[in-house]
Amino acid sequence: MNNGEGRRLAGQAEEEDDEDDVDECGLEAWERAYADERSWESLQEDESGLLRSIDNKALYHAQYRRRLRSLASSNAASRIQKGLIRYLCIVIDLSRAASETDFRPSRMAVVAKNVEAFIREFFDQNPLSQIGLVTIKDGVANCLTDLGGSPESHIKALMGKLECSGDSSLQNALDLVCGYLEQIPSYGHREVLILNSALSTCDPGDIMETIQKCKKSKVRCSVIGLSAEIFICKHICQETGGLYSVAVDESHFKELILEHAPPPPAIAEFAIANLIKMGFPQRAAENVISICLCHKEARGGGYTCPRCKARVCELPTECRICGLTLVSSPHLARSYHHLFPIAPFDEVTPVRLSSSQHKLPKSCFGCQQSLLNPGNRPSLSVECPRCKQFFCIDCDIYIHESLHNCPGCESFRHFKTVSSSEE
Amino acid sequence: MASAPSKLYADDVSLLVVLLDANPFFWSASSLPFSKFISHVISFLNSVLLLNQLNQIVVIATGHNCCDYVYDSSSPASRSAGTGKLSALSVDLLEKLEEFVCRDEKLLKKEPEGSIASSLLSGSLSMALCYIQRVFRSGPRHPHPRILCLHGSQDGPEQYVAIMNAIFSAQRSMVPIDSCFIGAQNSAFLQQASYITGGVYLKPQLLEGTFQYLSTVFGTDLHSRGFLQLPKSVGVDFRASCFCHKKTIDMGYICSVCLSIFCKHHKKCSTCGSVFGQPHSEAASEPNKKRKAGDT
Repeated sequence: MNNGEGRRLAGQAEEEDDEDDVDECGLEAWERAYADERSWESLQEDESGLLRSIDNKALYHAQYRRRLRSLASSNAASRIQKGLIRYLCIVIDLSRAASETDFRPSRMAVVAKNVEAFIREFFDQNPLSQIGLVTIKDGVANCLTDLGGSPESHIKALMGKLECSGDSSLQNALDLVCGYLEQIPSYGHREVLILNSALSTCDPGDIMETIQKCKKSKVRCSVIGLSAEIFICKHICQETGGLYSVAVDESHFKELILEHAPPPPAIAEFAIANLIKMGFPQRAAENVISICLCHKEARGGGYTCPRCKARVCELPTECRICGLTLVSSPHLARSYHHLFPIAPFDEVTPVRLSSSQHKLPKSCFGCQQSLLNPGNRPSLSVECPRCKQFFCIDCDIYIHESLHNCPGCESFRHFKTVSSSEE
Repeated sequence: MASAPSKLYADDVSLLVVLLDANPFFWSASSLPFSKFISHVISFLNSVLLLNQLNQIVVIATGHNCCDYVYDSSSPASRSAGTGKLSALSVDLLEKLEEFVCRDEKLLKKEPEGSIASSLLSGSLSMALCYIQRVFRSGPRHPHPRILCLHGSQDGPEQYVAIMNAIFSAQRSMVPIDSCFIGAQNSAFLQQASYITGGVYLKPQLLEGTFQYLSTVFGTDLHSRGFLQLPKSVGVDFRASCFCHKKTIDMGYICSVCLSIFCKHHKKCSTCGSVFGQPHSEAASEPNKKRKAGDT
């Protein structure tokens, strides 16, 4: 396998000189140790030699708008269905290469920390899904935790002592993961996320056959590389319909891994639609004591399974006595914003600002912040295509990334469509 | 659920965002007249401002057809002097509220069908959260925000998804949503909101004593709440309603594609059109007219 040009070459000391390879993200990882003392290089001068402050806000907003546009174009219609019930196996590479220190303090520590953040975000956005953890060490893949829906057990396993040694083996990992994912129900979407630090893989057989097996079992494999772009990883992702990316530094890695938290567009024939029987337990009062299934001790509070009346402590979970999946309606509601996304707002062009016949609003509809810069010049603002209200760029980012409601559309009854299929 | 932890800044300064229900259909049928209610609320707001010099109050009115900001204690325009009998807050608030109610009435397109005349709670919650995000951005020392809903109108089922989105966003930003519900029957949306975000839900038994309830239960800042015994949430109903009959069920069937809830086994999902038990086909992605998503 050949190392592609990809993003850039790894920050390993024995690689060739990379001084000409500085991209806009900054310096090579090994140069950063010296760079912290040269912070004056990030200042800029304008024409007359005076220092100019860097307009971070506009840059950040431009970056956000690019991301939103690429997302909007990939979900061409909002009709594209998303795989909401996901069974994801995360494969963590604990080979020798993971102990490299180009990601501070070490690649393995950075991976563990970001996987913990990812697990929390994943269960927040996909409450009905399950995660399993697999590690590769000494050329053998081992299961760290089984597929389960509770974040705490996975995070506890990650926080335990993790050691790196030996080679990485992609084929063994894929074989193990395919074995686990065969057993899940047919309505679930099967996914694998491989966090690869090594530059080579030590396989017992033909990895191409394993890839074909994955493709036939409809497993979607994505890879995030920490070193360089590797052909075999790219091939796996292309064959199975996943996403391949290579991280250039710690914050980029965090961004890349969190991109996998929202549900990916469902490939239609991958999962069979099915009606899943679920229970909605009532919360028991604090003074009604019963023995709970998870801790096997008598306690009050908790939830009662509607089918077999067993007590469980937290939701979502599967009742251990009768096997019914127990959820509460807010868990389902957490996924509704994936199904009903709001349209991206339009930027208000400077042409429009200068030539507006009627007065444009002076303050943002959401937060009442003034839309005028000091000196009465209008600053960047956006407009909702439905309700035509103006918002500042911070509200734009908040509305699309966290709130998922347009305040303007919600605040005018005229724009609300009565949807009788909602509760 | 545990109450929201306090942050590391000035720990007893609060920003109180009040969502005031100004739905004419509710108030015309309420036992407590709107004018008396407003006098309770104004006394309460003045007392919150007296508790700490740095406390801030923002009032958003929730109408039947629109929502808008009616008072902001930190804006320079609110420094007008009060008259002898009314404080500055009362003068500003009452003026703006009256303008708002006239505007709301003008926007009325048609009479609400059936008996449910809900107000636009999702709109005012979204606006409140945007304002709170602005306060978070204003720097490391900022007051602790919380939202108080003074609400009486019934829940509008069409707002369910929007209200749940707002609740989850509030939970993420650690902003508690308190509710003082003055209507007839309990509001499931506000109970869930208070439970999920760690706020307090109260339905006062005697509406003539509303000021007393407000100042004892909702007046304290978030840090001091840890030392008080506030009303606990009991009987929050998290059961879902089925999409076909709208009755609450405790066991149902969920479509794996769109998460719609049904009480009986169907061959086809009425929301997304997927046929169950067979792989997806082209027909399955046909949009259903009822879906709120038909907006782009």
